[in-house]
Amino acid sequence: MFHWLEKHPFFFSVGVFLVIAFAGLVEILPSFAQASRPVIGTKPYSILETTGRQIYIKNSCNACHSQLIRPFKSETDRYGHYSLSGEYAYDRPFLWGSKRTGPDLMRVGNYRTTDWHENHMKDPAGVVPGSVMPAYRWMYTNIADIPTAYAEQLTNAQFFSVPYNEPIPMKDGTTEVVKMGNNVTQAHAMALAEAKEIAADMKDQNVKDAVARGEIPEIVALIAYLNSLK
Amino acid sequence: MENRPLEYDYTVTKMFMFTTILLGIVGMLIGVILAFQLAFPGVNLFLGEGLAEYTNFSRLRPLHTDAVIFGFTLSGIFATWYYVGQRVLKVSMAESKLLMFLGKLHFWLYLVTVAAVVVSLFAGVTTSKEYAEFEWPIDIAIVVVWVLFGLGIFGLIGIRREKSLYISVWYYIATFLGIAMLYLFNNMEIPTMLASAPDGSHVGGNWYHSISMYAGTNDALVQWWYGHNAVAFGFTVPIVAMIYYFLPKESGQAIYSYKLSLLSFWGLMFLYLWAGGHHLLYSTVPDWVQTMGSIFSVILILPSWGSAINMLLTMKGEWQQVAASPLIKFMILASTFYMFSTLEGPIQAIKSVNAIAHFTDWIVGHVHDGVLGWVGFMIMAALFHMAPRVFKREIYSKSLMTTQFWIQTLGVVLYFTSMWIAGITQGMMWRAHDEFGNLAYSFIDTVTVLHPYYTIRGVGGLLYLVGFLMFAYNIYKTMSARPVEESELQSASPMGA
Repeated sequence: MFHWLEKHPFFFSVGVFLVIAFAGLVEILPSFAQASRPVIGTKPYSILETTGRQIYIKNSCNACHSQLIRPFKSETDRYGHYSLSGEYAYDRPFLWGSKRTGPDLMRVGNYRTTDWHENHMKDPAGVVPGSVMPAYRWMYTNIADIPTAYAEQLTNAQFFSVPYNEPIPMKDGTTEVVKMGNNVTQAHAMALAEAKEIAADMKDQNVKDAVARGEIPEIVALIAYLNSLK
Repeated sequence: MENRPLEYDYTVTKMFMFTTILLGIVGMLIGVILAFQLAFPGVNLFLGEGLAEYTNFSRLRPLHTDAVIFGFTLSGIFATWYYVGQRVLKVSMAESKLLMFLGKLHFWLYLVTVAAVVVSLFAGVTTSKEYAEFEWPIDIAIVVVWVLFGLGIFGLIGIRREKSLYISVWYYIATFLGIAMLYLFNNMEIPTMLASAPDGSHVGGNWYHSISMYAGTNDALVQWWYGHNAVAFGFTVPIVAMIYYFLPKESGQAIYSYKLSLLSFWGLMFLYLWAGGHHLLYSTVPDWVQTMGSIFSVILILPSWGSAINMLLTMKGEWQQVAASPLIKFMILASTFYMFSTLEGPIQAIKSVNAIAHFTDWIVGHVHDGVLGWVGFMIMAALFHMAPRVFKREIYSKSLMTTQFWIQTLGVVLYFTSMWIAGITQGMMWRAHDEFGNLAYSFIDTVTVLHPYYTIRGVGGLLYLVGFLMFAYNIYKTMSARPVEESELQSASPMGA
């Protein structure tokens, strides 16, 4: 049979393809049948959080930081409750990472503050002596891209039925609504409202001035995203 | 006509040899910079505060991996295909104007795509999925480049004189099919410009931005089915194709066992795809997928070692060639490193070992003994073997080759030993508890302890880069300086002192 295949490239290729495609069919398809359902309390990202997530991706934060807490005592002691599949239901793409040059960030919002991030992103080794993380000072002047984040929210809502403007069940039995703007102007106004709350806890005068002018520096959006990780 | 030897046409091979070397230097140089950034964070600012956004670790990291995978390695695969393909199918590119045109188009589109990738990654335009960072416009260009590669393969097969496909051709076909399937499915994404605002107004935003079709755990599952098998079909399958051709050619020895190559090929094809789950152990993907990933990774030793042992036994009775020829040295060490990293990988895929190894530098070390020791050495050996035949000159310097070999071998050894120690040290410190059950170390303790290993790794990487520059110089001098070889060369490649 093999000698025959080696003289018939078409059938040889078909054979190879079937053999390599088999594992994918068996391993991946069943998992898609039961698509990720959000756990109670998992909310879609707000406009400023979405912007911050894009900045996290733009700077490949996931190259050094994981967002996946494994079910070991040492990890739950350090980072909090181990990760559940449903917590990632709104993550497109997923940001688990594959390397922990720095610590896991899955629940960083539980134990770090706006103030801490502001100082740390400017001078990591100044806050954590011995840190090998580079500073991200350009984020304090670069202006965040709200329209692209808004387009991402819309894509999530329209193609993947992510529940914006709908009541979402919370752990305490109440519901919350994550609002999404009707147009990009509204989206920008909503982002700015979120940004003002963050900037109120910050010290950098240039950032505060920018937000007062109606501009949102990247660092503000990034901190909004990091604070949402719980 | 029938009695004259075929005149093979190496135009396209030469073009891809050039990008193999150029992108190899780029990818390895960035790698060395990254290594020293981890050892000495001040290096993040090596072009000053003003350019910090473009020189810091996180921007450069995807450039390093992609330059080595899609630059150096892919170019090497393409260069060798356009060389090996003609020879084992007994047909010249010059016989078909169409194939020649497609081959050149393949190269130029590839070059344009590489340029687009470099610009976009420096700008921070990335999807974040490892080795699939490119946004959809570049993905489309990559698909076109890949289709042209496929047309090159099947076009040449279509007009072949030798009816039976040699082992290397099996592996090239598998490379083409495997990457095509994996790349397409992992890069399914929706451009965000397709969405519209509820009130119908203009949204704006970047036209090239997209989000993955899959969410969370499913996205991870597809990504590592891709990520693991991109290694399979980029770093294993086509490199095996090379060694099956170049080792017998250079040594003048026949392949030890046809049956073993048959078993290894079909075994590898079937088993490899199952193993992706070992990147997701203890994650939120279904437990049975994790277990399958773990088990199949261990079984994968069989076909991997099958190929490697077949190569080593091909040298049976001819081991003096290893001492005599630096070219044979490169290939034998490559297949030794192949055995080594295909044993190390399965060990790391065992769940209890993975609990320590995952997220640490041991994984980085594993990747590099595969890529530096196996992929890098084999591609350089292939280029060394092709150079005298393509440029009709003897290799410029044998002693330079030998020196390069030892410098790079030392570099690889420093690299993986330091990363083993770093990875296991960090993995053990993360999980250490004191007598009261509290964590023994804060995270930063587990970072500062790595400084000496990061420094040693940087030196190892630098040595490898120095060796690669010697390789580039040797090939350059071969192209430009030595007298012409007239006759068709048989086995061992001619080398100058």
